[in-house]
Amino acid sequence: MAGGQRQKFDNPVVEWVDSRLPVFTLMQKEYGVFPTPRNFNYFWNFGAIAMFMLVTMIVTGITLAMQYTSSTSMAFDSVERIMRDVNYGWLIRYIHMNGASFFFIAVYIHIFRGMYYGSYKQPRELLWILGVVIFLLMMATAFMGYVLPWGQMSYWGATVITNLFSAVPVVGDDIVTLLWGGFSVDDATLKRFFALHYLLPFVIFAVVFLHVWALHVTGSNNPTGVEPKGKQDTLPFHPYYTMKDTFGLIVFVIIYAAFVFFMPNALGHPDNYIPADPLVTPAHIVPEWYFLPFYAILRAITFDLGIPFTEVVLIEAKLGGVIAMFGAIVLLLIMPWLDTHPVRSARYRPWYKKTLLVFVFGVVVLGYAGSQPADKVYWQTCIGSEAACEATDAHHGAADATGHHDVAEKAPTVLKFDNTMLAQLFTIYYYAFFLVILPLLSRKEQALPIPKSIHEAVLAKSKAKETK
Amino acid sequence: MCADTAIKKDHEEGTRREFLNLAAGAFGALGTAAVVWPFIDSLNPAADTLAMASTEVDLSPIQEGQSITVMWRGKPVFIRHRTAAEIKSAEEVPVNALRDKEEDKDRVQKPEWLVMVGVCTHLGCVPLGQKETESKGDYGGWFCPCHGSHYDTSGRIRKGPAPKNLAVPEYAFLTDTTIRIG
Ligand code: HEM
Ligand code: FES
Repeated sequence: MAGGQRQKFDNPVVEWVDSRLPVFTLMQKEYGVFPTPRNFNYFWNFGAIAMFMLVTMIVTGITLAMQYTSSTSMAFDSVERIMRDVNYGWLIRYIHMNGASFFFIAVYIHIFRGMYYGSYKQPRELLWILGVVIFLLMMATAFMGYVLPWGQMSYWGATVITNLFSAVPVVGDDIVTLLWGGFSVDDATLKRFFALHYLLPFVIFAVVFLHVWALHVTGSNNPTGVEPKGKQDTLPFHPYYTMKDTFGLIVFVIIYAAFVFFMPNALGHPDNYIPADPLVTPAHIVPEWYFLPFYAILRAITFDLGIPFTEVVLIEAKLGGVIAMFGAIVLLLIMPWLDTHPVRSARYRPWYKKTLLVFVFGVVVLGYAGSQPADKVYWQTCIGSEAACEATDAHHGAADATGHHDVAEKAPTVLKFDNTMLAQLFTIYYYAFFLVILPLLSRKEQALPIPKSIHEAVLAKSKAKETK
Repeated sequence: MCADTAIKKDHEEGTRREFLNLAAGAFGALGTAAVVWPFIDSLNPAADTLAMASTEVDLSPIQEGQSITVMWRGKPVFIRHRTAAEIKSAEEVPVNALRDKEEDKDRVQKPEWLVMVGVCTHLGCVPLGQKETESKGDYGGWFCPCHGSHYDTSGRIRKGPAPKNLAVPEYAFLTDTTIRIG
């Protein structure tokens, strides 16, 4: 690394270490004087916040693991013991539990920042891909963590999600048996999930290291999307951004603490305080909130894909849903190649900005759709005679036991808009945004004039303020 | 490099070194696979899990029109003593109208006893319909609340996202009123 041209440190101990292993030089270079664009806004805080959350999860997780028991007969009780008997156990668990949510909040904002300001574009593609890999690993980690307390949602969430793999043609059932280590989600499953839940955060840590390494090769993007051209465009990371990051982190932690202390279960599901019961499925299974948009996409595929007008089914609904769900993340992965527009920042791309904000709105709606029962009806009207309409209504309530419906002379047409259709609508937009809108805008969109440099943009802004 | 190309010219079909590299590579890959396999297979069901794989059930207390649920391999098994009307409606369904085409008679050993794994073939929830008070769905059998699959009185999928009929486990009548599942 800095081998030859190392600067001497005044402190003799630091100097002794640094001349043998230049860690201080490294820190000084990467976090002290590191030239950072001078125009960051608060969106740039969330990387540091995510890092803080990862460390928080590891510290609270290890302390929980010292009290937790990963066998089906004791897991639920061991978590209750943590809550009631272990000193500050309730606090550590609530920090961990809400920490998962706040980790995802930070990461979702961080991803949005990347999309809005075009941080995924050349030369930061690999940096972006490593980020998506971290996101995938986080999802796996959080999913397995949620199984550990062995409540009803733990058990049934695990059952539904592992069963997704049975959709894989031919070897699906063998994969599921392999995942379970038995014939259902059971003791063997819980034990391996605990082992992996312990392991994966450290894998995440390693990928975060690569992510930050890649960042320090290309340097940070910034709100203008214009690369820094010289000293006048940057500030040393310390003290400018160490301070700004700390301030943002404090605000974030205040909100996080409000949840931990005053509404620790607001983001969770009450059914997870009922011990797992393999014989009773809860009426309405929902995953944790951060999975809801993807869950909605999974459920949106309710139809088989086949060759039209024949009975040949190529992809049955179940497999289609799984493909659509994983595909949604693959699209993020390849985003740098779908959007090849030369301008990075949405500030100067009016159409990209609008369609991206609609995309974000769509993801939020998908999240809502994922939280509601699939057959929930939002709007419905009946075209036909009043009597016939009433008859269909009555049938809906009480189905007759034999399956023979006595159909009225003229069946009325019922038009309705239900939750599945809502999810389908925004799933289409999700895919269209990546596969149609981005490539189209890459070729057609006329960008607004971009500033020549960062400091020019900064000066123009402060001048505008002065004249006001 | 130069020497290499010279040798290559002499041996159109590949050099001795290439052969050795290939053989060593293949040997290494096979060896690695042989080491990895025990680790993967250790994740498969263990011998004791497999050993618990059968259950005996006494059917005599189950009245006509009643159902019971027993555990087998960690999963619920539905045993229903079907009424004459249920059997009739199950047998009358034209097989061609079904998603997963199966005759009722192929799903039972004795028509009055329907034995099935009570796990929805969609994503594994336990369908409702075992208790009197529970919804039996549009076809009078079972209804899965998770994503709305309806099963008929033979446990066949009629409506909703599930691709298959409720599975019939391997079972045998030991006497007229006891069965062994598995
Ligand atoms: C990426 C970081 C992590 C995430 C996103 C995460 C997520 C979760 C989630 C969602 C739960 C369920 C909380 C509940 O409802 O009770 C959980 C539980 C648990 N986690 Fe983590 N975790 C992370 C890191 C760790 C680490 C590093 C360890 C241990 C070394 C750990 C150990 C545990 C234990 C023992 C439980 C069960 C106790 C409980 O339910 O509160 N976690 N985790
Ligand atoms: S699990 Fe039964 S309908 Fe989805």
